[in-house]
Amino acid sequence: MAFDYDKWIRPGKLPHIWCPGCGHGIVMKGLIRAMDTLNLKKEETAVVSGIGCASRLPGYIDCCTLHTAHGRAAAFATGVKMAKPEMNVILVGGDGDGTAIGGNHFIHACRRNINMTYIIMNNYIYGMTGGQFSPCTPTGHKASTTPYGNPDPGFDIAKLAIGAGATFVARGTAFHANQIDKLIAEAIQHKGFSVVEILDDCPTTYGRRNKYKSVIEMMNRLKDVAVPVKAAEKMTAEQLQGKVLTGVLYKDDTKPEYTAEYAKVIERAQAAK
Amino acid sequence: MEKKLPKIEIIEKYCKGCHICVEFCPKDVLEMKGFYASVKNLEACISCMQCELRCPDFAIKVTNE
Ligand SMILES: Cc1ncc(C[n+]2csc(CCOP(=O)(O)OP(=O)(O)O)c2C)c(N)n1
Ligand code: SF4
Ligand code: SF4
Ligand code: SF4
Ligand SMILES: [Mg+2]
Repeated sequence: MAFDYDKWIRPGKLPHIWCPGCGHGIVMKGLIRAMDTLNLKKEETAVVSGIGCASRLPGYIDCCTLHTAHGRAAAFATGVKMAKPEMNVILVGGDGDGTAIGGNHFIHACRRNINMTYIIMNNYIYGMTGGQFSPCTPTGHKASTTPYGNPDPGFDIAKLAIGAGATFVARGTAFHANQIDKLIAEAIQHKGFSVVEILDDCPTTYGRRNKYKSVIEMMNRLKDVAVPVKAAEKMTAEQLQGKVLTGVLYKDDTKPEYTAEYAKVIERAQAAK
Repeated sequence: MEKKLPKIEIIEKYCKGCHICVEFCPKDVLEMKGFYASVKNLEACISCMQCELRCPDFAIKVTNE
């Protein structure tokens, strides 16, 4: 049965601004299905972003939304969550927004383990501004600012999140559309800071420069590199060369959650009066 | 008994002609017709929903009562 996306899309907002074949639309649909499956109430759900093509997402969603400053989604979202801990707060954005200018906000949101979900659309590039390299651009790949190949190693967003203290970390791809909503729903249900990285495509500024002939070639790459964590357990290091693990990569239910800890601080302060 | 066919709706004002639905349909049901995706062989459709799930543009709906 066709899924009814219309009830979560602001009237008159489609078609969206994303280029033909840009995976951001696939991720947005996954998020909508997740919110719908969990029966989230629009007035109790905030979708918060920074700046970039990916960060345009909240403009389309019919719930509480904030489109903020570049790299600052985590800061604004933290404000929302602290003022209204009962709200479901979902951050969305790109690899540039989240790991370059917003890298600091990202790691500290992880460290605090504040009960929010961060969906990061990693297309390995600054799409919106014409294809400058991001901290996620793979070594050797081309961007407008690395025409002879990127000398930097790229971040592994999932490992970064785990290292910084996030308590739920998952990865999917824009090709594996059916999995996106499941990962996001599980992340939203997790009590703590959850990160869902979706490997994405930007045919316009990344694909073109890196010799992908079409959107289809980019989608096929996502299909080929992804290995579900369960399947990877049975594979050798050699077989896993060049592959990327997908699914739930990390989960820890034991770490204190920030808004709950902060409520205790308030109690202590009031008792001390 | 006659097989009840699903309904595939392509919303042309949303379709950006990316080819994703056509390329990854396991049953070769769809084709590009000019700029837009179009149904070529409805009989073969197994309602797997892959095209609807992957369309980045909310442009394809598969209904199966
Ligand atoms: C303070 C500030 N610096 C730089 C910019 C320019 N800028 C806009 S979007 C962007 C990068 C976005 O990349 P990413 O987050 O990966 O999103 P994508 O467009 O790839 O989806 C940059 C550098 C800005 N808007 N504000
Ligand atoms: S420039 Fe890239 S990231 Fe931005 S909408 Fe186009 S394909 Fe998507
Ligand atoms: S539902 Fe499946 S079989 Fe039918 S057109 Fe879509 S992708 Fe093809
Ligand atoms: S996937 Fe969607 S936008 Fe792309 S060609 Fe098919 S219907 Fe059109
Ligand atoms: Mg990007």
